[in-house]
Amino acid sequence: MAAISCVDLCKYYQQGDAVIKGLDHVSLEIEQGSFVCLSGPSGSGKTTLLNAIGGLDKLDSGKISIDGERVDQLGKAALADLRLHSIGFVFQAYNLIPVLSARENVEFVMQVQGVSASERKQRAFRILAEVGLQGMEDRRPAQLSGGQQQRVAVARAIVSQPKLVLADEPTANLDSASLEKLMARFRELNKLHRITFLIATHDERVMSWAERRIGMEDGRVIHDALQAPV
Amino acid sequence: MRLGVVAVSTLAWRNLWRNYRRTMIMLLAISVGVWAMIFMTAVLRGMVDNMVTQALDTLPGYVQIHAPNYLDDPSVTHSLPAPDPSLLQVLGDPLVAAWTSRVKVPAMISSEYENRGVTLIGVDPEGEQALGFDIHDITQGRFLVGANDRGLVIGRKLLQRLDTRLGKRIVIMSQDPGNSIADRGFRIVGVFRADLESREENIVYAGRSVVQTMLGMGSEVSEIAVRGHDYRHPQVLADKIQAETDARVSSWLELDPYLSTMMRVMDGFVLVWMVVVFLALSFGLVNTLMMAVFERIREIGLMQALGMRPSAIVYQFLLESLLLLLLGLLAGNLLAVTTIYVLRDGIDLSGVAQGLEMMGAASVMYPVLQWPDLVLANVVVIVLGIATSLLPAWRAARYLPVEAIARTS
Repeated sequence: MAAISCVDLCKYYQQGDAVIKGLDHVSLEIEQGSFVCLSGPSGSGKTTLLNAIGGLDKLDSGKISIDGERVDQLGKAALADLRLHSIGFVFQAYNLIPVLSARENVEFVMQVQGVSASERKQRAFRILAEVGLQGMEDRRPAQLSGGQQQRVAVARAIVSQPKLVLADEPTANLDSASLEKLMARFRELNKLHRITFLIATHDERVMSWAERRIGMEDGRVIHDALQAPV
Repeated sequence: MRLGVVAVSTLAWRNLWRNYRRTMIMLLAISVGVWAMIFMTAVLRGMVDNMVTQALDTLPGYVQIHAPNYLDDPSVTHSLPAPDPSLLQVLGDPLVAAWTSRVKVPAMISSEYENRGVTLIGVDPEGEQALGFDIHDITQGRFLVGANDRGLVIGRKLLQRLDTRLGKRIVIMSQDPGNSIADRGFRIVGVFRADLESREENIVYAGRSVVQTMLGMGSEVSEIAVRGHDYRHPQVLADKIQAETDARVSSWLELDPYLSTMMRVMDGFVLVWMVVVFLALSFGLVNTLMMAVFERIREIGLMQALGMRPSAIVYQFLLESLLLLLLGLLAGNLLAVTTIYVLRDGIDLSGVAQGLEMMGAASVMYPVLQWPDLVLANVVVIVLGIATSLLPAWRAARYLPVEAIARTS
């Protein structure tokens, strides 16, 4: 059974008289433990597809299943539970909670999950150190640079080792060294824990880490091929 | 816990102080509102307390004991025997602050020039003073000095109406138990003033034994008046006395419907007053929370994306509102209690004394803090505050995550 199954997904936006195709009859399957990149120009539908798979957006039509569970048929609370326990998000804009410190942002999901305080703290310190933010745990987002905020967001997405990580331009604000380090960490988690990664990116360096590359344009899948990762 | 109580509580508390100035203004508004609720209620309570206790202490007491038919026909034929030992025992109960027995009959009073119908009250002066008669209300002459005193004390107004004066003799006529006319001459030994002109005009006091002899009723009395310690709950005392006597025991709530209605109206007014003050506050509260929701749409979407249920979002906003209300209540309660404590020796309103006197209230007002009023004010603020916050909280929870995240990004 595929980890993610999308069948004939359609999402259209009305903009004046014009109809924008967010997703136009997209069908694809992603196996558990895959490391997949979504590529394509801006407006090609990458973010819309990630949002639809994560249950953040409603589709006009089509079916999405994660581990056989129909995401498009779940209610708000059930979707929230699915995201809490199975999906880690990294957004294009880092989207941290401004009143919480870096560590508290990372701990947030675990807190809602009910993980004990000592374990939360231990895991948060470890993951922040791994993304190069040792010593910055108590800083609020406003006291961090764009790249540092992005690393906190990444740490938050992977700290509870979800089954699936949906990342939208996760390396947009990172320098080359940080990018390589982050992708290596993603790959390690992917291999060690069979976490499925679906990463939307423009960046060829990121794409080179993927074992499968799906190209999108105007809301359609125009290219889907396996490749040898770095 | 599934809601992530710690996470949500932390967020609620920190978000509260995000816009420090707005929160402080709202806190000030809640505190002043709560202060107004509690302090003004205490002032009104003090005023009503004063009016009611003044009215009760003079004649009625908190509870009265009569012969079964006396209240329907207050004549000498419906009298009571003097209290027997079992009744005396209950009248010695700690619930009883003071008691006295009286003869109280309708009578005709005649001076050299005028006749008038009055209520003749044969009293034991010591008992009356213990019950609440204020000796300072005697404006001329003296009060009676014993149950055998042969003098008569009448009101200022009646003195004018009879066109007589202190020291003059007058004649009182009434009906004895055999339906014959009983009369007797009295010398006016004292003149009293009262808050109500009708009392000055209609009540005359004589020694109880003298009146009993005049009416030929032996040691029987018309009523026993009892004062307790809590005028608001006289029924407890009435029930206790009723258990020991076959006579009719009535509380002042039954005997004086005007006063009891005024007290009930006051209770209703307190609630209305608190709700009105809160309604004024609620606009500010809703505005504050709605602003908080609009400012944080993106975060709300983010928290939903991270797996927070809509119910937890509602909970977070309600908790934020609750924290704001609790802080406001704390400050408001402290302010109100302090103000009441500082003014415990009374607020001098002698500038409007005449108006207050017409209402039966004193010119010095003593704020009275009743714990139920304090609790009511706090409950009104919490319950209505949370109810008012439901709309902003519900709005926050119904955003589609992707729309919320994209709204301001």
